[in-house]
Amino acid sequence: MQCSLISRSAMYAALVAALLLACPQSPAQFSGPGIDSSSAYSVPQTQLLQAEALNHLLQATGSTPAKPLVLQVGSHVLFAQAHIPGSEYIGPGSQPEGLQQLQKRVASLPKKKFIVLYCGCCPWNRCPNLGPAYKLLHDMGFTNVKVLYLANNFGTDWADKGYHVEQGR
Amino acid sequence: MNKAVNGTTTAGTHRSVLRRLVGYALLIAAGLGAVTAHTCLAETPLISKKAPELVRTDLNHKRVDINAYRGKVVLLNFWATWCAPCQLEIPRFVAWQSQYGAQGLQVIGVSMDDDPALVRKLITKLKLNYPVVMGDEKLGELYGGVLGLPVTFLIDRNGEIRAKFQGETDLNAIDMQLKSLLNHR
Repeated sequence: MQCSLISRSAMYAALVAALLLACPQSPAQFSGPGIDSSSAYSVPQTQLLQAEALNHLLQATGSTPAKPLVLQVGSHVLFAQAHIPGSEYIGPGSQPEGLQQLQKRVASLPKKKFIVLYCGCCPWNRCPNLGPAYKLLHDMGFTNVKVLYLANNFGTDWADKGYHVEQGR
Repeated sequence: MNKAVNGTTTAGTHRSVLRRLVGYALLIAAGLGAVTAHTCLAETPLISKKAPELVRTDLNHKRVDINAYRGKVVLLNFWATWCAPCQLEIPRFVAWQSQYGAQGLQVIGVSMDDDPALVRKLITKLKLNYPVVMGDEKLGELYGGVLGLPVTFLIDRNGEIRAKFQGETDLNAIDMQLKSLLNHR
């Protein structure tokens, strides 16, 4: 009986531990009260796009589905090493110059334009660029903005998965 | 009386089970956490190969040539001012440079920033006691592609790469490997 109690409690413990470990990185925490808008966690979960889905969109032939405008809002050096084919370098969303450049780039676009933001500079919970960039587009009235979810970084979650990359500035 | 005794016993058993439950949860979480930390030890074809050429002028205008550190253990850290986990690591690297410098450790920082002015500010703020050079895509590619930060390589006294750590890393794991390399002469 004691053994049974222990094994059952161990099972529950494993469940609790799994939850404890999963929670800090879970997208379910996005956009809760008190979350700093400079954090990638401030991006609503509904606006996240998985790497596989974006790759599928970019590989699709024909006019539908519509191809998004893909903008990198992180480091120029990392962009120069490898970036998503067809994506444009904007500048770090954590800095005023980057946000100004982003504002300028999208100024003439229709508010329904499908835009994908990405960075991949560092682990998702540490990325300083995506939160401010998303907030800017949201505040400007853009209604079809997605943010590429890269849990670790661009290398691990995009390039290492065999998705196409381009080099150069 | 029996009921009371039984009630106390049941409550005691529940408390005991609860304590055990929390204990197991913490143990499992710690164990899995340790596994997670180990995943930061990244695979790279550069392991056991000579460190790629790195000859640059650092931000104090001094020449840095990785081959000139042969005989020392080199901790080569790719970082940037906008990288939060990088800035958590740097104070430990500063401490290691002081602590292990006499045993032959040389830390070298490679900033992947675009603007050296921002790097200079942070070097002063964090009181870096080791050389920092500006990196670029060419250097990143030589080191297997630095497509996310931080990235840290440990290079042995013969100039061969022995480990690569990527992302938020358990610094104690780096420390252990570092000590092992320093002890190996």
